[in-house]
Order: sequence, then C-alpha cells, then structure tokens
Amino acid sequence: MIRVELVKLLRNRRTWATILLIDALPALVAVLLALTDLGPRPGTGPAFLSAVLTDGTLFPLAALGIVLPLFLPIAVAITAGEAIAGEAQQGTLRYMLIRPVGRTRLLGAKLVAVMAFVVLTVLVVAATAYVLGTLLLGNESVTATGPASVSGSSMSTPELVGRTFLALGYAMLCMLGVAAVALFLSTVSDSPLGAALGTMALLVASTLLLTLDAADAIQPYLPTRYWLAFVDLFRDPILWRDVLRGVLLQVVYVVVFLGAGWANFMTKDVTD
Amino acid sequence: MTADSRPSVIRTEALTKQFGRITAVDAVHLDVREGDVYGFLGANGSGKTTSVRMLLGLVLATSGRMEMLGEPMPSSARRVLPQVGAMVEGPAAYPHLSGRRNLALFDAMGAGGTRSDRRRRVDDALERVGLGRVDRRPVRAYSFGMRQRLGLAGCLLRQPRLLVLDEPTNGLDPQGIQEIRELLLDLNRAGTTVFLSSHLLAEIEQMCTRVGVLDRGRLVLQAELAELRAPTGRVEVRTPDVTRVRQLLDGVVEEYDGHRLMVRDPDPAALNARLVQAGVRVTSLGAERRNLEDVVMAAATASGDRFGAEP
Repeated sequence: MIRVELVKLLRNRRTWATILLIDALPALVAVLLALTDLGPRPGTGPAFLSAVLTDGTLFPLAALGIVLPLFLPIAVAITAGEAIAGEAQQGTLRYMLIRPVGRTRLLGAKLVAVMAFVVLTVLVVAATAYVLGTLLLGNESVTATGPASVSGSSMSTPELVGRTFLALGYAMLCMLGVAAVALFLSTVSDSPLGAALGTMALLVASTLLLTLDAADAIQPYLPTRYWLAFVDLFRDPILWRDVLRGVLLQVVYVVVFLGAGWANFMTKDVTD
Repeated sequence: MTADSRPSVIRTEALTKQFGRITAVDAVHLDVREGDVYGFLGANGSGKTTSVRMLLGLVLATSGRMEMLGEPMPSSARRVLPQVGAMVEGPAAYPHLSGRRNLALFDAMGAGGTRSDRRRRVDDALERVGLGRVDRRPVRAYSFGMRQRLGLAGCLLRQPRLLVLDEPTNGLDPQGIQEIRELLLDLNRAGTTVFLSSHLLAEIEQMCTRVGVLDRGRLVLQAELAELRAPTGRVEVRTPDVTRVRQLLDGVVEEYDGHRLMVRDPDPAALNARLVQAGVRVTSLGAERRNLEDVVMAAATASGDRFGAEP
C-alpha cells in the first residue's frame, strides 16, 4: 500500500510543481545575493544568510531557514490535508476501502507518502542550494579554517555534515507534526481545502501568538515555538535546550493528532 | 417463499442504521443465494446505498448482523472483500492517470492481486467491458459511459464470486446498456452472483431472478421474480365484439372498455376455445401478469425525495 501511495505521489504533476515552487524562493535569494552582494548584517534576517556571502556551502542551511517557516508547512498542510478528504471527494476512498485496504494501513501509507514528499522537497531544496551556493556565493573559508559556527568558532567538515543532518532530521520532525494535524483534520473534514486551511490557521495563529507578550504562558506549547531551534545545533557547544524541548513538543503533537485521526477514521461512516 | 438449498451469499439480520435521529435502514433481512441475479429496488433515499455501504464495511451498522459469502461482516472483510467486486454510487478514478494505470493502481491495493499477471488481468478486465482498445488518455478526458465501463472493469479484476453493483448502467446509451446486461448475464451463467441495486424497474425486470424492495429503510418485499409475476387469474381479451362477450361471459367480466375486457378465468386456452366457438372475433387473448411496477407500487409508498404532503 505504501508503494501505491508513493507511485501516486510521484506520478502527480502537482507534486513536482509544488517542489519547484518551493525551490524557487531560495534560488531567487541566492541569485539576488550574488548580484548585489548585500547580505543581512550578522544576527539579522533568516538564519545563516549573513554567513553565506563568505561561505556558499552554508547556503543549504540558509535555504532551509527560508523554506521552513512558511513554504514547507503550507505544502505539507495541503498534501496531508488532501490525504483522506481528497480521496473521499474524488470518490476513490470507498474503492480503496473495499479492495480491501485496512483503514489503519491506509492512514499509515498516507503519512509515509507525506513524509516522503517532505524528504524529497528538503533534498531538492538542499541540493539546489548547494549547487547555487558553491557556484554563485562566496567560497573563502572552506579550505583555510573551515566554516564558522554561529558562535564564531570554526567547525570541521564532518562535524558540519553531521550537524546538518541533525538539523534536517529536526526540520522533518517539525513537518511530521504539521502532517499529523493535517491528517487528523483530513479525516474530520469532507473537503481537502478545509483540512489544509485549518492546519494553516493553526500555524498562523501559533506564529502570531509567539509575538505577543500576553501569550507568554502558552507559548512553550505552540507548535511553531521551537521550529527554528535547529540554528542552535550550529552553536559551539550545541545549545540543546530548545532543540530537545522542540522534539518533545512535536512528539506530543504527532501522538495526539495521529491518535485522534486514527480513532476518528476507524469509526467513521464513509458516505462520500 | 420456497425453501432454498443453495448457499447464502448475502444474509442480513435486522440490519439497522441510524444517522442521528434518522433511521436510514430499518431492520432489513436480506437473503441472496448463490447464482442469483438479485434486484435491489427502491426509490431515491429509500436506504439502498446505505445498505450496500454497510455490506461492504464502509458504513458501520447501528445494530443487526451481516454475513457475506458465509462469513460475518465486517469482521471478516479482509477475507471476504477480495472475492467481491463492487461499484458504489458511480465509478471513481484518479483523473490525471489513464484508465489502464488506474486499474493497475487499484489492483495493487490490498491483498489478492499478484504482480506478475497484473497486466494481463487489467487487459482482460478492460476487454470484457469493451475498453480493450482504449488509448492512454487520462480518465479526465473519458465520457461518462467510459468511466462507468472502467468502474465495472475495476470490479472484474479479481474474478469475483459476488458482484455488488449500484446503478451499473447509469449514463450508458441503449447499446451500452444492452452490452453490460449481456456481460452481467454471462458472468452470472459462469457462476457469479450478482446483486444489482437500481431504481430502474425495467432493468431489474429484464435481468433479475429475485427482487427485494426497500421503502423508507424497510424491506417491504423479497421474492422470486417469477413468483411475483405469476398469472393473476385474469385473462385479457381484445376483441371488436365487446358487447357480445359480455353477454356470453356474464358475471366473470371484471372490467371492460371499447375493445378490451378483463375476464376472471384461470384457463386462457379454454376461454379462447369457448369464445371462438361462439363466433366471437378475438384480436388477442392472454393471461394477465402483474408487471414489476405494479408490484413495487403496491408495496412501496412514496418517493423518498418527496417532502411534501402525502399524495
């Protein structure tokens, strides 16, 4: 069943269009930086963006920082929101279930497909960013001292690669949280758009509340609170506090919403 | 109803479904036997589709018991459903893929379809429904009739023992309807039980051996079609000599008009001989049979989508 879902994902032209669109933003940023040489001052703007002018190999991380707050979650919300509600709207859900495909298996396969989409997108973004970064942006510190960590000290290449993978894993866990919420809404709503918009509403509300001092008490529980904590993985020494809290929070979101989605789907009358 | 020794294929006991306060299906006892072409009749909104969905495990019953192919449903769905081909409320497919690829995808879902002969089975199924030479255009570009045929092909992928079809000839032209009817009868002769849900009485009357009529969620009638259409004990006589016949058969003529009489007489042959001997010119004469429409109209009350005052 997982293979069927992956085939469906990869054969859908929209999947590739979405990835292309997501990929376009960091590419545009790279071109603009290369043309103008105007990076944000250190400590301002998206993470790592100030560093890429000197070291282009850091651009994949900068690209991740650009894509993670908005583009990727929107794409995940749409893809996961469509998982059940989209099949229902199309009428194909009933034909899958009477094949028969178990409801738990179907939900599992959908989740795997959404995550495959995330992995694919992140990989495409990172690869494009690496190519553009090395071609267009600075290549000064790579050989001499090694790339600098956010804290200023230098890192060896294996260390950088390891931390990059940690950061990618962290970002994917954050997207898994989004996918869980969207999948849950997809089992509740009859409309894929409703499920996607509901998820986005939650993320926007969360982002908004994070800027509000009065919401201080609930901020640690908001889904987007620790999203950008992956930057801390590049400090020296690694600042684990926010990353670990972020992991814990996302795991709670995933468990709660996947559980709710599963329970709802198992007892749902499929009447579309 | 006569006792039937054939194994039961679909059997429900007091099957009930409530959506909130509305009872969509009310204590239905279905009984479909192997080899039947069973016509499941009912007006729109009478609960046909909900019943079919419950049988297939899509809608969960509020109460009652179901068996399909001798096993309890929906608990044995994993064993039973691979042997069932079903079409519920119109066909559905992924619009951006070709018909062939759609079938291959559906075949790959769930157990029962091995990969090695998938291509052959997909080709066979398409051939059977008359789409054997279909090109690679996406389903998006299919006509309604082609989609309907594709849906049927999807039911046939695994050589099902039971076909559950909801309005299978919807959207087809007369030739298409004829073709699909032949196909279903062919399959039935080869041993497939067919459960056909429809609101088209003529279609059911032409194909089915057994009918069940659902009215507002209740099964108001379930019997062999031949039994329902048994002679009524009246004979219809068409003749230009109506007055003469009335004089001759005084007391048994129940209705008449300008050129036609209804005569209560169990033996049309004897009646014919008698009329001809008396010199009556008989245009035509035959035993009256009830048609399905009369039976259904008598059993059912009103159209389910009617929300006005009782007619």
